[in-house]
Amino acid sequence: MLRDITIGQYYPVDSVIHRLDPRVKLAGTMVFLISLFVTSKLPAYLLATGVLFGLIRLSRVPFRFITKGLKAIMILLVISVSFNLFLTTGTPIFRIGFLQITWEGISLAVFMGVRLIYLVLASSLMTLTTTPNQLTDGLEKGLGFLNRFSVPVHEIAMMMSIALRFIPILIEETDKIMKAQTARGADFESGNLIQKAKAMVPLLVPLFLSAFRRAADLAMAMEARCYHGGAGRTKMKPLHYEKRDKNAYLLMAVYFALMAASRFLPF
Amino acid sequence: MSIRCEKLTHIYQQGTVMESYALRDISFEIQDGEFIGLIGHTGSGKSTLIQHLNGLMRPSSGTVYFNGEDIFAQGYDLRKLRGQVGLVFQYPEYQLFEETVLADVKYGPKNMGLSEQEAEERAREALELSGLQPEFYARSPFELSGGQKRRAAIAGVLAMGPQVLILDEPTAGLDPKGRDELLETVSDLHKRRHTTIILVSHSMEDVARYADRIMVLNEGNLQYFDTPRRVFRYFRELEKMGLSAPQITYLMQELRDEGIDVDPSIGTIEEAREEILSLYWSQGGPLAAGADSGTEAGRGLGESSAATGK
Ligand SMILES: Nc1ncnc2c1ncn2[C@@H]1O[C@H](COP(=O)(O)OP(=O)(O)OP(=O)(O)O)[C@@H](O)[C@H]1O
Ligand SMILES: [Mg+2]
Repeated sequence: MLRDITIGQYYPVDSVIHRLDPRVKLAGTMVFLISLFVTSKLPAYLLATGVLFGLIRLSRVPFRFITKGLKAIMILLVISVSFNLFLTTGTPIFRIGFLQITWEGISLAVFMGVRLIYLVLASSLMTLTTTPNQLTDGLEKGLGFLNRFSVPVHEIAMMMSIALRFIPILIEETDKIMKAQTARGADFESGNLIQKAKAMVPLLVPLFLSAFRRAADLAMAMEARCYHGGAGRTKMKPLHYEKRDKNAYLLMAVYFALMAASRFLPF
Repeated sequence: MSIRCEKLTHIYQQGTVMESYALRDISFEIQDGEFIGLIGHTGSGKSTLIQHLNGLMRPSSGTVYFNGEDIFAQGYDLRKLRGQVGLVFQYPEYQLFEETVLADVKYGPKNMGLSEQEAEERAREALELSGLQPEFYARSPFELSGGQKRRAAIAGVLAMGPQVLILDEPTAGLDPKGRDELLETVSDLHKRRHTTIILVSHSMEDVARYADRIMVLNEGNLQYFDTPRRVFRYFRELEKMGLSAPQITYLMQELRDEGIDVDPSIGTIEEAREEILSLYWSQGGPLAAGADSGTEAGRGLGESSAATGK
């Protein structure tokens, strides 16, 4: 189950998507996410589906890697879909006790489900094709204009990239501690809820300790290498746009325009 | 009673571009009461291999038999197996979590279903074996030094009373004295309780001193599995794998190159001393020294025996 969390895990293959400038991918992900919420017309969703799956194909990341992220939000998905399904008022189809299912409920639930799934797929696609380093660079440069409003962009980007980088490390660490305790006869699977919660103590205590230790070590290592924040810091590989990045922006604009225009479709 | 691996293969991240073979077709059998040294350079698959022996990892193909039973078969009691095959991980101190050392060591026996009292007895016994002083038993494990933590963690596995004890580089990061003490503890356990030991180590000296047989892993392949002396004969091949024979083996090799008839596969200083002394006496001892042709060789031997005797 722990291995299912793919956020922050880079999948190293060479593809057009991998080569894109991280700013393009960040913007693209944002555009895609927003586009899902500006419309609720069927043709628009067909377009979004086509675009998403086309991009996944282009990225050459195996599909099951991208869908791995879904397992982590399964519970959230089930809850939000059933809330929408049962608690939306409108034309009722049938009712069980106080619960009723309406046409409006079904359509809301489906849209909500699809939106959530696409949201996860799109962000997984971005993190799987962009190294954490590129991601920080992209964020920092893309949001650089905020510096003028005294937003510490560099620091925020650094924090985000460290957080992303720590996810797989913590997963690995959890795995390691879990194994060490399993070797001492621990059982994390069976038992009722309370027993399961109690069984987590031997896992969580060492995990927290190691996370704090790692954080302290990292801070020390950064200081030892004279890290002092963003001011005056230069890049070894500064980002600059290629032709393909410009084309990508163009396609993005066309896509968004189509999605927005679909609002005016008569059905 | 034995551990038998049959065509064990493990592939990490199978089916992705990151796919890598950590173990390839490994087959061997370890008898009850043996002391096995497992060596191989970094990334050769040692940690991966030993995690299969108590069922923590599932092989991609092949299987492991413990006392004749397939441990990956349906319905095999893996929890019971983990009590019988104790595994001490590389840097085991991170597994400590309880408020006191004693409580932490009791965790294993309690998981095996022993009563509070039995668990406490086992824990005290294991702590004593591990060589941690009693004044630490009631302390928080996080207040101990690195070496003391290591001992407490090892006691945590010993307390389950395993018939087989697997230690993954137990001496990494310890000072020379701590290292010797720990290895003596392990060797003691082997002698007194006839526990089967599998010791993963980077130090040829340590392995040569204690192991009955040495297992050499190279890029996931089982390259050699034989007595230390026979393995050290391949010191040139070992070097190609990023390993080396014990220093004393090189000394013996050089003596042999000088024309002195010693066994070049010797791996410990004690063996070397005996070999040299017996050669010395067989050539007439001190009386012969200084006389005709044996002079040079005789004196050379006397000196090197004194040197290695230190
Ligand atoms: N979780 C994992 N995912 C992918 N590959 C792994 C994983 N764990 C280990 N490997 C790879 O498997 C190979 C064997 O690793 P293993 O940890 O067994 O080596 P080792 O012999 O114990 O090395 P060391 O002496 O450094 O402890 C290495 O090449 C390593 O990169
Ligand atoms: Mg290892």
